Amino acid sequence: MALPQRKTDIGPPNYEQFLPPIIKKNYGKWKYHEELNGGTMVHVAESGDKLWTVRVASPRILSTDTIREISDIADKYCDGYLRFTSRNNIEFLVSNEKSLEPLQKELKQKGYTIGGIGNRVSNIVHTQGWVHCHGAATDASGLVKAIMDELFEYFTTKKLPNKVRLAVACCVNMCGAVHCSDIALVALHTKVPPIDHDRAGKICEIPTVIASCPTRAISPDPARKSVKINEEKCMYCGNCFTVCPAIEIHNPESDGIAIMVGGKVGSLRSNPKFSKLAIPFFYNEPPRWPKVVAAVKNILETYAKHARKHERVGEWIERIGWEKFFKLTGIEFTFVEKVLICSPDCHSCESRNPELIEFTRTGFPLKACGNDTYGYFRVFQQAVEIAPTY
Amino acid sequence: MKKKYETPLLDELEKGPWPSFVTEMKKAAQKSDIANDGLGQLEKSFRTKRGYWKHGGIVGVLGYGGGVIGRYSSLPEEFPGVAHNHTVRINQPSGWFYTTKALREICDIWDKYGSGLTNLHGSTGDLVLLGTRTENLEAIFAEYSSRGWDLGGSGSAMRTPSCCVGPARCEWANIDTLDITYTLTQEFQDELHRPAFPYKFKIKTAGCAVDCVAAIARADLSIIGTWKGKIQIDQNEVQNYAKKGMNINAEIVNMCPTQCISYDGKTLKIDDAECSRCMHCIAKMTKALRPTGEKGATILVGSKAPIVVGSLLSWVIVPFIKAEPPYTELKALIHKIIEWWDENAKPRERIGEVIEIKGMRSFLEYIGVPPHPAQIKFPRKDPFIFFKDEDFEKVYKKGKY
Repeated sequence: MALPQRKTDIGPPNYEQFLPPIIKKNYGKWKYHEELNGGTMVHVAESGDKLWTVRVASPRILSTDTIREISDIADKYCDGYLRFTSRNNIEFLVSNEKSLEPLQKELKQKGYTIGGIGNRVSNIVHTQGWVHCHGAATDASGLVKAIMDELFEYFTTKKLPNKVRLAVACCVNMCGAVHCSDIALVALHTKVPPIDHDRAGKICEIPTVIASCPTRAISPDPARKSVKINEEKCMYCGNCFTVCPAIEIHNPESDGIAIMVGGKVGSLRSNPKFSKLAIPFFYNEPPRWPKVVAAVKNILETYAKHARKHERVGEWIERIGWEKFFKLTGIEFTFVEKVLICSPDCHSCESRNPELIEFTRTGFPLKACGNDTYGYFRVFQQAVEIAPTY
Repeated sequence: MKKKYETPLLDELEKGPWPSFVTEMKKAAQKSDIANDGLGQLEKSFRTKRGYWKHGGIVGVLGYGGGVIGRYSSLPEEFPGVAHNHTVRINQPSGWFYTTKALREICDIWDKYGSGLTNLHGSTGDLVLLGTRTENLEAIFAEYSSRGWDLGGSGSAMRTPSCCVGPARCEWANIDTLDITYTLTQEFQDELHRPAFPYKFKIKTAGCAVDCVAAIARADLSIIGTWKGKIQIDQNEVQNYAKKGMNINAEIVNMCPTQCISYDGKTLKIDDAECSRCMHCIAKMTKALRPTGEKGATILVGSKAPIVVGSLLSWVIVPFIKAEPPYTELKALIHKIIEWWDENAKPRERIGEVIEIKGMRSFLEYIGVPPHPAQIKFPRKDPFIFFKDEDFEKVYKKGKY
C-alpha cells in the first residue's frame, strides 16, 4: 500500500481544534474554580457556564487499547474531549452536569482511580528507567507503582497541609523535575565504570567519549587505543556510556537510590527551591523497593503531622530547621562526600565582571557561582563536607 | 499473540490499587513482538537489577536530525523483538488537549508500525511512541505528518515547547500560554527539527507564578504570566471563606511574604504597592481575589537539571513584557538570547551555565536588556569591583555621583 505524502516542518496541530465548545466560548474568561472531591473540580466562567473536570491516575505508559478505552468513555460523557496534565494524569472534561455522576461511576467500575486534585499527592513525574533508558540506575515505573500503591489514599481522599509533588529520576541526568520536588528520588550509579578496552577502541569514537565527561575525568589511553578514567574525578553520571557502550556503567551490586526533599517550583509564599539530600543511598530492591517506599511514606507522614496548613515540605523544613527535620523523621544523618564540579572555563569565582548576581570569593567554586545546589555526592566515603548544610 | 515470558517479578506490580504499567505492557504484548520482548527484557532487568539498553547511533527521518531516539537492546539474540526499540516523539498540541478522534488516529497508526505502547506524555511534553524499528520510521513519519502531526525535538536542538492549561481552563492565566506555545513552536521549526545548537534549549510557558508546568525549573527560557494592576477583592466572598472555616489571619494574612494584607474580621485590605504577586492569597481565595490591570509575562532564563555543573533555577531577565499576538517583541528577544548562547557556548553547555561562565553583564548587554533590581536576589556583598572606563563615562561622571 502506498504511503501518504509526507510533510515537513508543519509543527503540531493547532490546539484550537481540540478544545471543547464550552472552552472556546469561555476562553480566558474563567471566574473561579472549586474542588468538589479529591479528583473532581468545577470551573465557573463569567458567563455562568460550568465545566467539570474529573482527574484520573495514569501509569504514564499507556497501551493503545487503554487509550481507546479512555476515548470511549470520553465519547460517552465528554463529547469526545479530554486532556492530559503536566503530571500525566488524564482529565475528562464534562460540560453537562448530568454526565458527571455516571462518568464517575463508570470510571470506578472500570477500575480507574479518581484523585490528585488539591492538597494531595498527585501523580509522580518520572523517567523511563529499565523500561527504555540506557543509563538507568533503577526502574522508574516500578518504583512509582510501589510508592503510589502505598500512598494511594493520599491521592484519592486524605488531605495534606499543601500539595506534595513527588518525582523519580532513574539517574543524575534527571529527565524529570526531580531537582525541585517536595520528595524526590534519584537513582545513582556509585562506582567508576570499568572499560572493556578491546571493544572501546573498536566501537567508540575516542574524542566523543572524552568530550562526554562533565568532570573531564576521561583522557586518551594511546597504548591501548582506548581511554582511561581518573577515579578521583569520576562522579558516575554515565554520560560516557551513552556514547560508548564499552564503558559499563550498570552495576547491579552498587546502583541505588537517594531521597531528596523540600523542593518546589511555584513562587507562592517563598521562592522556588531545590530539593536537598535527605538519604544518600538505598540498594535497589525490585520489584517493590520496600525500604524506599517506607522512607518516602515516613517523610510524607511526618510532614503531614507537623507542618502548618499551606506549608510545602520545603517551607516546613526551613521553618523548623534541618536538625529538627532529621530528628522528627528519625533519618540518620550521615557523612557524604560532595563532589564539587568546577568547569575549567568558569572563572566566576575570580570574575572580572562586576556581577549583579550573588557571589563570594571565599567559597567553593560551586558556591562562588551563586549555585547553592547539592552538587553531586559520593556515598560511603570519608567526609570532606557534610550535606545537606543549607 | 501467545504469552512468551513468565514474569513473576513484574506480576507483583500488577497487584495493588495504583494503575499498573505492567498491565499496559501486557495488553500491548498481546499484539506486538516489540512489547512482548520488551516485557521479557524488563523482567530480566528486575531479576538482575540492571538495564539492557544501548543508546543508539543516528536514526531518524530524511531531512530531520531529531524527533527519534535510537534505542537498541544489548541482548538482541535473547530478545529479538527489541533489537531495535526506538522512540518517536510526536509534538503534542498546546495544553495536551485532544479529541478522541485524534487519539484513535494516533493509536491506529502506532499499532500498525510500533509496539502499541506510548507515554502520555514524555518529560519535555511530547507524545511519546515507545518502541519501533528503523525501517518503519519513514512510514510512521509519512502517516503522521500527512495527518497534521509533526515530530518533536531531540538532541542539541530546540526542544518541543510546552505550557500549562492556561486561559483554556484557568482563571489565573495572565497570558495565553497555549497560543504563545503554538506560535513559538511554529517560529522555531527549523531549530527544532535540525539540531544545530550547542545543546538542548527548552521553552516552557506558565500562566502565573503557581507554575503548573515547572517552567522556572525545567526550561532554558521560562515565560511566566504576571500582572501590573491591583488585586480586586470581593468582600462578600471573603466572608464566605471565613464562614466556611478559613482562618484568614493565619492562612492568608500571616502567610503573605510581603505582609501587605490586613484583615479585621470584616474587611480584607491589600496594599498592592507592596505585593510581590506570589499568588498565595489568590490561589487560596480564588473566588474572592483576582488580578486586574495590565497583564503580561516575566521572562526568565537558565534553569536546568544537575548535569553538568549543578541544578539551576531560571533568573529573571525581563520583569515584564507584553505577550500579545503577533509576539514580535518576545520572538525578537528569544532569537537574540539564543544567538548569544550559540556564539558563546561550547558543546553540551546549557545557557544557564554559559551565563555563569561569561557573566550576566555580557549576556544582558548583548541582548539589549538593562540591569534591573528585579533580576537579583541581592546585590553583591563585597566591594571587589573591576571598574571599566566606560562605566565612569556612562554612569558616574554624569554628575549624580
